[in-house]
Amino acid sequence: MDTPGDTLDTFPRLLLQHARVRPRHAATREKNLGIWQTWTWGEVAEEVRALACGLASLGFRRGDNLAIIGDNRPRLYWAMCAAQSLGGVAVPMYQDAIAQEMSFVLEDAGIRFAIVEDQEQVDKLLEMRAQCPQLAHVIYDDPRGMRHYDQPGVLSLDALMQAGREWHAAHPAFFSDEIALGKTGDVAVMLYTSGTTGKPKGVCQTHEAFIGAASSGCSFDKLGPDDNILSYLPMAWVGDHLFSYAQAMYAGFTINCPESGDTVMTDLREIGPSYYFAPPRVFETLLTQVMIRMEDATWVKRAPFHFFMDVAKRCGADIIDRKPVALSDRLLYALGNLLIYGPLRNVLGMSRIRVAYTAGAAIGPDLFRFYRSIGVNLKQLYGATETCAAVCLQPDGQIKFDTVGPPAPGVEVKIADNGEVLVRGKVLLKEYYKRPDATAEALDADGYFRTGDAGYFDEDGHLKIIDRAKDVGKLASGAMFAPNYIENKLKFSPYIKEAVAFGQGTDRVCAFINIDMGAVGDWAERRNLAYAGYAELAQKDEIYALVRECVEKANAELATDPVLHESQIHRFLILHKELDPDDDELTRTRKVRRSFVSEKYAVLVEAFYAGRKSQFIETQVRFEDGRTGKISADLRIEEAKIFPHVPARKAA
Amino acid sequence: MPTTRDIGDVILAIKDVVLSFGGVKALQNVSFDVREHEIRAIIGPNGAGKSSMLNVINGVYHPQEGTVTYKGEVRHHVDPAEAAASGFARTFQNIALFRGMSVLDNIMTGRNLKIKCNFLQQALYWGAAQREELVHRARVEEVIDFLEIQHIRKVPVGRLPYGLQKRVELGRALAAEPEVLLLDEPMAGMNVEEKQDMCRFILDVNDQFGTTIVLIEHDMSVVMDLSDRVVVLDYGRKIADGTPDEVRANKEVIDAYLGVAH
Repeated sequence: MDTPGDTLDTFPRLLLQHARVRPRHAATREKNLGIWQTWTWGEVAEEVRALACGLASLGFRRGDNLAIIGDNRPRLYWAMCAAQSLGGVAVPMYQDAIAQEMSFVLEDAGIRFAIVEDQEQVDKLLEMRAQCPQLAHVIYDDPRGMRHYDQPGVLSLDALMQAGREWHAAHPAFFSDEIALGKTGDVAVMLYTSGTTGKPKGVCQTHEAFIGAASSGCSFDKLGPDDNILSYLPMAWVGDHLFSYAQAMYAGFTINCPESGDTVMTDLREIGPSYYFAPPRVFETLLTQVMIRMEDATWVKRAPFHFFMDVAKRCGADIIDRKPVALSDRLLYALGNLLIYGPLRNVLGMSRIRVAYTAGAAIGPDLFRFYRSIGVNLKQLYGATETCAAVCLQPDGQIKFDTVGPPAPGVEVKIADNGEVLVRGKVLLKEYYKRPDATAEALDADGYFRTGDAGYFDEDGHLKIIDRAKDVGKLASGAMFAPNYIENKLKFSPYIKEAVAFGQGTDRVCAFINIDMGAVGDWAERRNLAYAGYAELAQKDEIYALVRECVEKANAELATDPVLHESQIHRFLILHKELDPDDDELTRTRKVRRSFVSEKYAVLVEAFYAGRKSQFIETQVRFEDGRTGKISADLRIEEAKIFPHVPARKAA
Repeated sequence: MPTTRDIGDVILAIKDVVLSFGGVKALQNVSFDVREHEIRAIIGPNGAGKSSMLNVINGVYHPQEGTVTYKGEVRHHVDPAEAAASGFARTFQNIALFRGMSVLDNIMTGRNLKIKCNFLQQALYWGAAQREELVHRARVEEVIDFLEIQHIRKVPVGRLPYGLQKRVELGRALAAEPEVLLLDEPMAGMNVEEKQDMCRFILDVNDQFGTTIVLIEHDMSVVMDLSDRVVVLDYGRKIADGTPDEVRANKEVIDAYLGVAH
C-alpha cells in the first residue's frame, strides 16, 4: 500500500484520507440564515471534487494560479484544495486591498482564474480587466445582485460545480488521477507579503513546508479531529492559512466560518472553540469591552469582580502553569473560577479553549497575564509568511510574556552577528514568485532565511524579539535604538493605539501618538468632556495629560532596561488624524510604514528637534470612497519626564 | 443606472383624487399611475401632500373624490389591514417599530397577516403553530440575510442607531412579501454611507423580488438616481410627472423648489 501516491504528503491526499477514515465527522461549519450548517469530510471531498472538475472543465491546468478573494467562506477554503488537486496554486488575496495593490498581484501572479465572494469583488476584478487582460474567468460564490452580469467569463460557483459534477461523470478517474500526480515539493499556496517595503512579493510555499509546519504544531499541542476553530482572520494571512487550512487538513479538525464579520463575537460564543488564534489587537478589544462594561456595572457586581481579579492576578498564571501556590490562594481561585472567571470565559466564548495563540505583534504583559490568569491557556508564537508562521512556540508551562518560546521541532534558529534572527528548516519558503533576486537576498549561503527581525536568546533558550533588524539603529551617544520596542511599550496602554518613535542618530527619542478613539472617547465621556471628533479630542489638555502619564510609565519601564534605557521618550505629540492603511501610513496588517510616515510628517519631526512648542501641519487624506481631502491642525508638542537608569531587579 | 427589469402594465392608478381636512385641501385632483416593477418617486416641498398621498394609497385616508384602482379594480373604502392583505407594505417617516422588542421579533410582526394559527395555539407552541413558526422564521432569516443585519438579530430596536432602525423597518415591510412597497422618506436623517446602503437595498429589492416601489424622498440626487419615473406635488396639486430628466428640466418644478417672485 505504501506507494508514493498513497502517502499523505499533499493537502488533497490528506483530504481524501479524512473522507475515508472519518467521512461523517464535521469538517466545515458555516452559519447561514441563523443556523449552523455542517459539511462532513465526506461531503467536503465531494464538493472539492466538483470544484476541481469544474475548474478543469474551464481549462485550469497544472501550474495555474487561482486567486481567491473574500471573507472566510467554506467554498473559498475548498477552492484552495480544488486548485491544489489539479496541481495548481492557491493565491488567497486580501479583499479590502485597494485596486492598485490588487491589480499588481493579479498581474504578478498571472491570474487567469479568480474565485471571489460576491458582487463587490466581481466589480473590482472586472474593472481591472483592462490592466490584466489575462484574467479570463471570474467565479462568484454569492449570487446576490449578479443577475444582470453578462460579461464573458463571469460565472457562478454553483454553475461551475454543476459543470464539475458533469465532468466527473464523464471522466470518473480524472480527479483521483490528478491528485496522484501531485508531488509534495509542488508549490501549494502563494501568500503575498504585505510589503512594509516596496511591492508585495509572492511567497511560494510547498505542500511539504505547510504540512511540516502543521504536523509539528499539531503534535506540539496535541490537536486532533475533535478540536474546533473559528476561522475569521483574513484568508490571505499566513496565520489563518496555517490554523484554518493546513492544521485543519492535517489533524482533521473542524473549521467554523462566522456568519459575517460583524457577528464574530456571537459566533465565537456559540461555537466555543477549543483552539483559538487571534492577533493581540483582538484580545485587547475583547478586554476593553469587558472593562468598559464592568465600569458601567453597579458596585455590587464591580466589587467581587475586582476582588477576584486581584486574586487571579496574584496566582492565576501560576495555577495554569502548575507552579506551587498557597492553599488559601488555591481555594480563593477556585471560588473565583466559579463566580467570576468561568462566567467571564463564557461571555468571551473561551469556555472550552485548550490552546490559544497570539502572534503578529507584541502583546502587552498586562493583557497577556489577564487572559492567562482567568484560565485561558494563551501562548505566543513567532513566525513569518516565509516560514509558514511556525518558528517558535511557547510550550505549556513555560510561558513568559516577553519571549516567544524555544524553536519549534524541526526548526533551527541562529542569531547573526548584527542581532538578526536566522531560520532554517523544512518550513522555509521555496522562493519568491518570479523574484530570484529577492530569494537570493533572503536566504544566506548556509540556507538560513533572514527574518529581518532582531532578537536574542535568553538564559532559558527562549527567543526574545526586539524589533525589525533594519529599524534598529543608534542614538548619537552610540546607545541602541529600537523604535518598535519603544512603540510597543507605549501601545500596551489601552489609550494609545499607534505610536511612531524617532531618534536614529539624534540625542533623544521623540514620538508621535495616536490615541485609541474607543477607550479615550469613553474616558472623556465619563469626565463630561465634549468633543466633535478625533482631531478635537486629540488636542484637549486632559488628553495630553492622560497620554503623558502613559509615556512616563513607559519611560519608567525603559529606565530599567540594560540596553535601551537611553531610549526614553523626551518629547511627544498627538497626531491630528489616525494613521490609516488607505493613506499608505500603515500596511494592511496595520504595521507602521516608518520611512513613509517620517517623510510625510517631516515638519513635525523637525519641530521635535528644533525644540518648538507647537507646529502647524496640513495633511492629505483619502476617504473610504476614494476621494481625497485635506485636514490641517496646529499640534502641541510636550515634554515627558525622564527617569535615571536603575538596573532591573532580578525577575521573580 | 442601466436596468433590464421588465416594467409591466399599470398596477396602481390614482385618478382625480381630492382629499381635504375641513377647509384644508391636501390633495386636489391628483392623478398618476404606477407600473408593475417600477420605482416611482413622489417628491415635492414640505406640505405638498406626499405623505397624504401615501396614506390614501394604503387606506389610512379615504379621498372625498376620485378613485384608486389596484390591479384593474376600483377600491372602495379600503382600510389599512385590507390594503396590507392585498399586497401593500410600508415604512414610516418617523420610525414606527416596537422599541423594546428585538430586531428578529420586529421583523416577525411583518409576517402577522400570514400567520393562520390563533393566539392559544401559538401560546402552546405545539403542532401546527410550531410548524408555522418555523416557516415564518426561515423567511425572516432570509430578510435578515438580505439586509445584512445578522449581527443585530437579537438586539432590542431601541438600542440601535437611526440608520439601522430604518433598515429594520424596511425588513419588517419586506417580511410581508408585498407586491407594492411604500417608503416614506427612507433616507431621512441618514449620513452619506447609510444612504448609499439604503439605495442599494431598495434597488436590490426591486430587482430581485420584482417589487413595485413607491417612495417619497427629499434628497434629489437619490430620487434622480433611483427612480424610473417621478411625480411632483406642490400645494396638493400635481405639477409634473415623467422621467427624472424630464422633471429636472420642468420650469414649474424649478420654481416650486427654488421659489419664485410673486
